[in-house]
Amino acid sequence: MTFLSIPILAWLILIPVLGGLLLLLIPGKKVALLRWSALGISLIPLVMAVVLWVNYQPKADALFQFEMNIPWFAAINSNIHFGIDGISLVMVLLTALLTPLAILTSFNIKVNVKAFMVLFLLLETGILGVFVSLDLLVFFLFWEIGLVPMYFLINLWGGEKRNYASLKFIIFTIGGSLGLLLAIQMIGVVTGTFDFVEILIAWPALQSGTLFGLPLETVKAIAFWAFVIAFAIKVPVWPFHTWLPDAHTEAPTGGSMILAGVLLKLGAYGFLRLVLPLFPVESAKYAGWLAVLAVAAIVFGALSAASQKDFKRLVAYSSINHMGFVILAVAAAAWAGGSTDPAIRQSSVIAANGAVLQMFNHGLSAAGMFFLVGVLYDRAHTRMLDKFGGLFAIVPTYGAILIFLSMASLGLPGLNGFVSEFMIVRGVWPIFMLLTAISMVGLLFTGVYVVKALKLVLQGPFNETWAGKISEINLRELFVIVPLMILILSIGVWPSWILNIINQTVMRWF
Amino acid sequence: MTFPFLSVLILLPLLAGVILLLLPAGKRGLIRGIALGVSLITFAISVYLFAAYDKDLAGYQFVEQMQWLPALGISYHLGVDGFSLPLELLAGIVVLCGVMVSWKVEDRPREFFAFIMFLASSVFGVFASLDLFLLFFFFELAVFPKYLMIVMWGSPKTKEYGGMKLTLYLFFGSVVALVGVLAIYFTSGLQTFNLLELEQAGFGLAVQKLWFPFIFIGFGVLGGLFPFHSWAPDGHVAAPTAVSMLLAGVEMKVGAFAALRAGLMLLPDGMQFWAPLVLILATINVVYGAFIAMIQTDFKYVIGFSSVSHMGLVFIGFATLTPEGLTGAGLQMFSHGIMTALFFAVVGMVYDRAHTRNMAELGGLAKHMPLAMIGFVVGGLVSMGMPGFSGFVAEIPIYMGAWKTMPLVAIISVISIVVTAAYILLVVRRVFFGETPEPIRAGLSDISVMDKIVVVGLSLLMILIGLIPSLLVPMIQGGVSHILSLVGGA
Repeated sequence: MTFLSIPILAWLILIPVLGGLLLLLIPGKKVALLRWSALGISLIPLVMAVVLWVNYQPKADALFQFEMNIPWFAAINSNIHFGIDGISLVMVLLTALLTPLAILTSFNIKVNVKAFMVLFLLLETGILGVFVSLDLLVFFLFWEIGLVPMYFLINLWGGEKRNYASLKFIIFTIGGSLGLLLAIQMIGVVTGTFDFVEILIAWPALQSGTLFGLPLETVKAIAFWAFVIAFAIKVPVWPFHTWLPDAHTEAPTGGSMILAGVLLKLGAYGFLRLVLPLFPVESAKYAGWLAVLAVAAIVFGALSAASQKDFKRLVAYSSINHMGFVILAVAAAAWAGGSTDPAIRQSSVIAANGAVLQMFNHGLSAAGMFFLVGVLYDRAHTRMLDKFGGLFAIVPTYGAILIFLSMASLGLPGLNGFVSEFMIVRGVWPIFMLLTAISMVGLLFTGVYVVKALKLVLQGPFNETWAGKISEINLRELFVIVPLMILILSIGVWPSWILNIINQTVMRWF
Repeated sequence: MTFPFLSVLILLPLLAGVILLLLPAGKRGLIRGIALGVSLITFAISVYLFAAYDKDLAGYQFVEQMQWLPALGISYHLGVDGFSLPLELLAGIVVLCGVMVSWKVEDRPREFFAFIMFLASSVFGVFASLDLFLLFFFFELAVFPKYLMIVMWGSPKTKEYGGMKLTLYLFFGSVVALVGVLAIYFTSGLQTFNLLELEQAGFGLAVQKLWFPFIFIGFGVLGGLFPFHSWAPDGHVAAPTAVSMLLAGVEMKVGAFAALRAGLMLLPDGMQFWAPLVLILATINVVYGAFIAMIQTDFKYVIGFSSVSHMGLVFIGFATLTPEGLTGAGLQMFSHGIMTALFFAVVGMVYDRAHTRNMAELGGLAKHMPLAMIGFVVGGLVSMGMPGFSGFVAEIPIYMGAWKTMPLVAIISVISIVVTAAYILLVVRRVFFGETPEPIRAGLSDISVMDKIVVVGLSLLMILIGLIPSLLVPMIQGGVSHILSLVGGA
């Protein structure tokens, strides 16, 4: 599929960055024009994502569709190789959907609007690039490049502790990806290519012998952990999560939406796309450890969220909790890779389906929750839960929306979170029974922190200081949240529109 | 006879320097006009050569040869290959930028621009020399303008110390290198300094092992090779802006290039024998340089030490003796040259306005000079090897070369990436963001048009190479395959 003889995926990557460059030409004082132009540009990738969605053939034989492959760095055999399958398509849709919503949210940014919008569009290119890249070096390129705009979004437009939070964010992530970089180089040297599809055949096929004077098994185990740590920091998996509450809390609302909605998915996507296919043996071997860390993330994430006083920090910790389920499912799929029992295989497919769907769902609900916290903060200039109370009386629409989003996050049947978490638990149960049982404790505390937040903000005696100060959610804000609510509901009642795409791909990989 | 582009490239600045010195000192407009004109011409020639070089043919092109001292086998012999031509381009760019950012020099502009012209002539000459004596001649030609420029126009507090230290270190290196050069001249028995003939001389293993360290380390001092690097930060910091740009941007490459040309290419077996030691020293460069840069409080010292760190990667690339490693080293020399020239230019712009380089006394400059901030951030991203910028495409092949020879080198030196990220981000934050301290506020103004052209041009170049490495790579690969054929053939 091409347009002006340039493949559609190249357009998808180029449009945000070209649009960003275009914004540079607009004088910084024309704030309204800058905002609307940024929004308009970010809608183009959304349209393209929908076009991709419609034209995607779930049952086609090809591993990847809409492929393109042009030389980039011939000296070391690295190519710009793009292509998508069901997993990446879902992520592309999520990214293309959340970016315009986050830009619309960021209409509340007052200073340096131009730089903000340009960085935001660059960020979109970085994220989309990761999801479509089929060359390890190009994958790494996009993986890192997205950090720069995110760093500056936090550092320049963030809250009080933005310096600390942004530096911690970028140093954690760059530090974490050093091992990934080394492992990618090593695989490149050993296989002579960076092309994912070629490496997929060549690398797992290496079974015995020595590399660099070490047994191959050891080298592979080290490379496996290098990949795992890089992605685990991004997800984040306990105990690599400590950058997250700071970064999410300090980021501007639009940044938090993208950070929680999409950036965290990059880590989980890395597990599904690279770790499991490239390291099937090691994945099966170490899956138990990963599952333990995932359950720790679920339980500790929920407990920490329940003890927060800052609303935004509470939502940030809830992300750790929800992403823990994704990793638990990944661990189950990894473990099942070493098994031939058909029942186990089937469970692992269910778990992997759940993982991808949970990534999408969490993207919707986390972005929505951060947005709602932002709406409240814009009006009250505080996020301390104990300062609120009884707001339902003055902002009933906002209250209703907050309850809706909270219920989605909590996993209420009929909304999206329930579907994916049920699939994960169903899929993981036969594989890690005890751990699944423990993770249910985490689920219990999810209920606790959600209800706690609702109680402190909306219910109880009305805090008179807010009378006349907190206004109802406005039209622009409704335009942000309503699309999210529609999607949340549609997946909750009729998940097969998205599961059809995911399932065909997942069956092929897991 | 084709037009002698290389001779013009080398001799025009030399001539211009002499003419400048003969002009009356008062004619500032004319003087800087001539300097700008000449540097524009040399820039244009270097671009022309770069574009006109036949990459498929490879080998030495634009060759010129004339007898000079036939009794000693010395000839005026010039030519460029795929490895040296990007460095000529680099020199053309940095000289031009150096003149442009020095546009407002008030203090003795006549001598200032004349010395820059001499320095330019020297670096163009080294990269184009195909005669060992000529190479050494041009190498030494730079010493006196460098020394004088640092002690005359350098930072008030450290200029004597920095200038003296730099000169003594480099003098020491030259003497050691000269011993090696003479030794191989006599042992070859060919009675020639012609590099092309010496390349084929086939020195015995014992000779190679013995004399390689003299030449490689002797020239390597100028490249900042550990433990002979300590002139670099002091020298860079003491120098005036344009000289810092030329020193770190081009002169360090002159050192590395001479070590390659006379050391690696003439004594390839010596290189192979000593490669593990060079790898270890260079790895220390990379990691140690990065850590030391991190604890600096002086803005300019941070950049000075970062150069030490980055030049280490060049030496790692050399010592791997692999196509990837050497190609990466060639890219890294170009990329680092552009990057560090930009860094020092921005440091100069900040210092000219704030009159301090202490980061505790700086802050919030992004509001006053936004483009300088953007340039520094782009340079910083190159410096931390961020993908999408020229540093990444240079570092990746070097690391791959290291994986093929000594994986531990790649694993250890990769630490520098995160350290570099930390210090660059801290510098950006301390200098360009936050509140502007009261004492420096009065002097702040935006950068001049000339400065803006330099910052934007250099930034775009680094992004361009980062996104499209094939602009440079095929040419460098041609040079590298020649170098490796020497290693294989010996």
